[in-house]
Amino acid sequence: MWRFFHQWGSPKSFFELSGRCLPWIGGVALLTLFSGLLWGLLYAPADYQQGHSVRIMYVHVPAAIVAQSSYVLMASCALISLIWKMKLADVAFTTLAPIGGMVTALALLTGAIWGKPTWGTYWVWDARLTSTLILFLLYAGVISLRQFGSPTPQGGRAAALLAIIGVINLPIIKYSVDWWFTLHQPASFTLTARPSMPFEMWAPLLVCVVGTYLWMIWLWLLRMRVEVIKRESRSLWVKEALLIS
Amino acid sequence: MKFESWGEFIAMGGHGPYVFAAYGLVILGLVGMVLIARANMNAARETIRQRALIDEVSS
Repeated sequence: MWRFFHQWGSPKSFFELSGRCLPWIGGVALLTLFSGLLWGLLYAPADYQQGHSVRIMYVHVPAAIVAQSSYVLMASCALISLIWKMKLADVAFTTLAPIGGMVTALALLTGAIWGKPTWGTYWVWDARLTSTLILFLLYAGVISLRQFGSPTPQGGRAAALLAIIGVINLPIIKYSVDWWFTLHQPASFTLTARPSMPFEMWAPLLVCVVGTYLWMIWLWLLRMRVEVIKRESRSLWVKEALLIS
Repeated sequence: MKFESWGEFIAMGGHGPYVFAAYGLVILGLVGMVLIARANMNAARETIRQRALIDEVSS
């Protein structure tokens, strides 16, 4: 167990190990996403009330789920970097912020597009929508704060602190649909209960969610590798690794 | 398959523009981010390689 942490914790072995996993993760991510999206677009049934616009669910729900999970991951890495000043944790939370920002933007945009035919409006200042907008602003804040600091865990302190404080927003997003009267429907897809939709609908949704998670991990590793070689560009191992290949 | 014809698929029962706009944005976002990351990787590699060459010449 400790060896595992030690291996992944040093920038050099991270670069080697991630380089080996990367093509596999990327391949599986593309395959999963492609089949999930096609399944949702072509074979999943239309909704008896919403018609075919329900197919937006297969891109909207995965984006929204990954947007929130990425935040948890980002804040955890930020916490590790604050406490143990671990170089790689700082790289991890710094590079995850733009990915989280992008999926949150996609969740908001696809939600707006879905809202028009379903609710008759692109946007309402509803609790779920507003708290998700705040999630986006938190990501944007972390990205811009991180740009001020130097590329060391110390330089990322302010950004890490904002990332950790922002975790308060996550239960607000989750319970917003129960706490306030909102237009957004509550979750029909949870870990504990049986889904309230038929198999033909939740199966492609599950594939899309898994595919989006894999995409996130793939992109995260890619971005971390770039950041690692930039920060370690003066060290011998980077020169060796790049000049040989 | 839930569609009888190509035209029916494009129309999506009148919701075509919404459905395809949503899918298009997501695919653009996901693919774009990966392409940008790869381009950044190549750029970083190139910078380090060039600097290593300069160091070799000057030493």
